[in-house]
Amino acid sequence: MKLTFARLGNMHIAGKALFEALGIDVVLPPPPTKRTMSLGSLYSPEFACLPLKVNIGNYLEALEKGADTIVMVGGIGPCRLGLYGEIQRQILEGLRCDFKMIVVEPPQGRLDRVVRQLREIIGPQPITRYIRALHLGWSKLASIDTLEKLALELRPFENSKGEVSFAFEAALKCIEEAGTPKEVTSAAENGQTAMKSVCKKTDSDKPRIGIVGEVFMVLEPFVNCEIEKRLGEMGVVVLRSIYLSDWIVEHVVKDVFRILRKSKLPYELAKPYLCHFVGGHGVETIASTVDYAKQGLDGVIQVAPFTCMPEIIAQDILPTVSKELGIPVMTLVLDEHSSGTGVLTRLEAFVDLVRMSRRARR
Amino acid sequence: MKETIGFPRALLFYYYYPAWKTFFESLGQTCQVSGKTTKAMIDSGIKVTVDEACLPVKAFHGHVQSLSGECDRVFVPRLVSVEKKAYICPKLMGLPDMVRHNCTGIRQILDPCIDMSRNRKAFAKEVYTTGRLFTRNPLKISAARQKAEYTYEMFTRLLQAGLAPIEAMTKMNLHDAPDSWNSGTSHNAPAFEKAVGARPLVIGLLGHPYIIYDSFLGMNVLDRLKLMRANVVTMDMLPPTMIEREAAKSRKRVFWTMGRKLLGAGYYFLRPGTVDGCLQMSAFACGPDSFISELLQQESARSQRKVPFMTIIVDEHTGEAGVHTRLEAFLDIAERSRPG
Repeated sequence: MKLTFARLGNMHIAGKALFEALGIDVVLPPPPTKRTMSLGSLYSPEFACLPLKVNIGNYLEALEKGADTIVMVGGIGPCRLGLYGEIQRQILEGLRCDFKMIVVEPPQGRLDRVVRQLREIIGPQPITRYIRALHLGWSKLASIDTLEKLALELRPFENSKGEVSFAFEAALKCIEEAGTPKEVTSAAENGQTAMKSVCKKTDSDKPRIGIVGEVFMVLEPFVNCEIEKRLGEMGVVVLRSIYLSDWIVEHVVKDVFRILRKSKLPYELAKPYLCHFVGGHGVETIASTVDYAKQGLDGVIQVAPFTCMPEIIAQDILPTVSKELGIPVMTLVLDEHSSGTGVLTRLEAFVDLVRMSRRARR
Repeated sequence: MKETIGFPRALLFYYYYPAWKTFFESLGQTCQVSGKTTKAMIDSGIKVTVDEACLPVKAFHGHVQSLSGECDRVFVPRLVSVEKKAYICPKLMGLPDMVRHNCTGIRQILDPCIDMSRNRKAFAKEVYTTGRLFTRNPLKISAARQKAEYTYEMFTRLLQAGLAPIEAMTKMNLHDAPDSWNSGTSHNAPAFEKAVGARPLVIGLLGHPYIIYDSFLGMNVLDRLKLMRANVVTMDMLPPTMIEREAAKSRKRVFWTMGRKLLGAGYYFLRPGTVDGCLQMSAFACGPDSFISELLQQESARSQRKVPFMTIIVDEHTGEAGVHTRLEAFLDIAERSRPG
């Protein structure tokens, strides 16, 4: 069995480590390119959201490389993500691809369901091996998130353009190669020192911009036209509302063990503007914007795929939040036609506005 | 105290108006429905919503604005779920919030939260809270609710018998006059009478009620097909059990009530021998429809004997002539490919 899964930011590093520690061959889809996007949008429904299209592109390229089993997450709605697995299976079968698709449904508080679904993929294994694999995967995920957070903080202060990103990429490579949690930790520490060593002092005052929106668009630099890197290189400190490890704790771990209550905070923050769950990240987008405004950030950028239902609701309400809390908000709706140059122009204009409003406030 | 409650003639008005009207009128209130959708209404809706919102939501905002100033409260329910473990559409879940932030000049929004995804207790409570706004007598509320449920039952039966929602409402004396060009009889009757020799074409029409039954958004599709001498079967005319059975063919349960209904009806229509053509009408960038129509297209591609299948996507720029031409072409194809 050669397993593959869709890419999401740097998640593949942790995913690969997890499955390989369980003795499964993993064929990763190659990093997304223009070809991935064209393949994906050629075979997907026109009005499907962008993540589905990119996923299809990933699968087709991974199947070309020899993968034969696809793992995908399911869901219970109302966001379209819950039906991704089924649609993708039917599209690929319509293309006469030879593969098996395993859709992992959310456990909804039942540990036995998780175990049964995992067994379907991996076969019976001693529990210690599971624990070891989970430990390794988790340590990689957590250290990647730490490094990403650090890169966002350091980028505006780098000595010359691109140095932080270069050190970050090198550190990612070390983490990818690490075989034990201990090695992962030391690789992450080395990476942090390397990234800090290419920066000037970090206390000078820079504008701060928060990024909110749909999880895939926020986490995958290829589809959001590397918005974080570009902002960083323009001298902006970026705060990101979603990290994969937090997302997994909130939506997977707490869904397996229902004794741990899900955080009510987003709902409380969003309540004056949007007082009901709307699927996807709609409420979280509003809540993070409110939170960023309270923290005194200088601006917020919402990134969403075209036709995303929850984000449309949020987009509709964000102007009110912006007006009432006095924080500039820009929405970037992206699809397969978005170009890096167009996004860059809009980012530059937004950053200019943010700088001006900062000056005016002083 | 007597109040006027405004009902925007958009979105799920076409399913639930009879029930709510009965409910509020039993409590001594007056109901007022906004006029038919017009270009001006859509324009005023577009002005206040974001570009990415779908046409039905934009039209809803237009209807709400046309009601502002005329009534004491505008009815904008938060329709989360009308059955267990299924939702309607995320946009309907956020609708009251969107309306509140976009439309200024509305006196008050009446936004009961309808959520039956877990159980009906929450729904009963919500109905009670809504009733409490108008009376303090719980018995009165529960009587009104029973009456409303009975009306809804009658209404769905009329829909299944082949009436369009507005016709059914007229028949039940809940609405003044049918909206269509040629008023009166059901959509199926005249074509049957006129058919000389050959059996008229039967077209299965798929689409959200707020598109196919709205004479402006849906470009009068029901009347147009009727004038072209085709009989129309919509998903509301199929028995629910059959729709469920067909929809169960999907390996993964579709978690949108309307989406599952469309999928089940679509699977049924795509079976050879049921209808002569399957026509889907959908709004530009409709989230659930993008997936449902893909599932139907895959089904159509797999089947051996193919039923003609066409999707028409409408948005605020759609012209009537274009739709008319496409319908004519579609009926020609359906005519040519019908067996015998």
